[in-house]
Amino acid sequence: MKDNNVIQAKNLTKKFGDFTAVNSITFEVKKGEIFGFLGANGAGKTTAMKMLIGISIPTSGKAQVAGFDIFTNPEDIKKNIGYMSQKFALYDDLTVKENITFFGGIYGLSKEQIKKKRNQLVEELGLKEIVNELVGSLPLGWKQKLAFSVALLHNPKIIFLDEPTGGVDPITRRQFWEMIYKTANSGTTVFVTTHYMDEAEYCDRVSIMVDGKIEALDTPKKLKEQFKVTSMNDVFLKLARG
Amino acid sequence: MSISIKNITKSFKDITAVNNISFDVNEGELFGLIGPDGAGKTTIFRILTTLLFADKGTAIVADFDVVKDYKSIRNHVGYMPGKFSLYQDLTVEENLEFFATIFGTTIEKNYDLIKDIYIQIEPFKNRRAGKLSGGMKQKLALCCALIHKPKVLFLDEPTTGVDPVSRKEFWEMLKRLQQKGITILVSTPYMDEAALCDRIALIQDGKILEIDTPQEIIKHFPKKIYDVKADGMYELLLNLNKYEYNYSVFPFGEFVHYTDKREDFNPKELYQFLEKSGCKNITIQPTKTTIEDTFMELAK
Repeated sequence: MKDNNVIQAKNLTKKFGDFTAVNSITFEVKKGEIFGFLGANGAGKTTAMKMLIGISIPTSGKAQVAGFDIFTNPEDIKKNIGYMSQKFALYDDLTVKENITFFGGIYGLSKEQIKKKRNQLVEELGLKEIVNELVGSLPLGWKQKLAFSVALLHNPKIIFLDEPTGGVDPITRRQFWEMIYKTANSGTTVFVTTHYMDEAEYCDRVSIMVDGKIEALDTPKKLKEQFKVTSMNDVFLKLARG
Repeated sequence: MSISIKNITKSFKDITAVNNISFDVNEGELFGLIGPDGAGKTTIFRILTTLLFADKGTAIVADFDVVKDYKSIRNHVGYMPGKFSLYQDLTVEENLEFFATIFGTTIEKNYDLIKDIYIQIEPFKNRRAGKLSGGMKQKLALCCALIHKPKVLFLDEPTTGVDPVSRKEFWEMLKRLQQKGITILVSTPYMDEAALCDRIALIQDGKILEIDTPQEIIKHFPKKIYDVKADGMYELLLNLNKYEYNYSVFPFGEFVHYTDKREDFNPKELYQFLEKSGCKNITIQPTKTTIEDTFMELAK
């Protein structure tokens, strides 16, 4: 694995019976990169992501994530990545403070570290007034911003975001992306899926999966040139409809 | 008038989900409720489909009062909730037959209306609904909502979490249904879909921000918007946010949408500022307003 690659996948494949969900995908993601992982519903994105985060064993192929082999060291991968999805992020029945403490503990942070991180988060996100509120009572946009920060508590090398902005209002969606930029700028790799094509434009590079294969992978600019269109939406429509 | 809502308010404990909302939907209109999660869209749908009582206000759907005539309304409206609500253990065909029977009709009788959509899932008619993909579930749910030939169709976030290709196909289906004379009230968090409606209501925190055609709503935007671009999106954003004359700074695809506080804004000054701040390959050019710009301005 090259020093500056935090993900390296070669011919990664996952079959369920006769069905090939992920069909021999090969790609690399660099340190500090914002990598967009796009595809239609059912194209194989979630299956591919599950293999990369060490919770699904590939049928064949190779991959290293955060310096560890996904076959032999999935537990080390889990310690070195952050993960956030729209469906599962935080516990609604715990307060903001309790959620931070709980996840800090899960990630093996010491009491002092948790306290320090918690104060830092409360300050940065402006959570002072709601620190003792139940997470379930917060607006979705707040929850997602908090969930993102919590997934970064243990300073992971990579953060995986599975449709983090679905249903979020347009202003909060942009504030969320500013957090993503900041994170990538500080050297953490961001691996993100989205159905918002304007967000695809925010990525350094984008891959598009169709029927289990990566059919396109490049910067948004080059993809638009390659398909002779003016937006990522058109790139997507051209590829995925095919 | 197909739908008429007057001063509807609904609270849950201390949260006012819908706050004194009024609007009308014309017969045969494709009307969009546009707003994020928690705006109150689902509550409005549930009141209009007689599944929830409002605290205050009145609502008429297809000439029936939602409280007094609730039984009649149910025969004349189709409702596709945001959450998949068909029977997972019944097959595609069984679900459709079940809903036809409940409404005292048959699949054959109204097949014309659903044909376009149903032929896409017919190859899987013996598969259980729970085993269908997201896109197919959505098509089946639409068929079930249409099988009794409703006058008004309610679709609560039919495209949330759906990829751009399937979203486009879904909206093409809606346009065809509209041509068959069905009034459609649809909600979505995707601002690009707003442009496909005849009229829209922008909604946030239980209140309507504005109601009009998408074209008119765009015209109400008070500022001239500029597309700004430079190498390194994050630095560009930081620098634009530092610029003392900025009115709004929002990432928009490959560009940043920028508006200025001053009436006599000269893009050259901004260019010089960005250049001095270290930005490379700067471009600044006027651009068209979108619904999303308008929404953010109103929601500020």
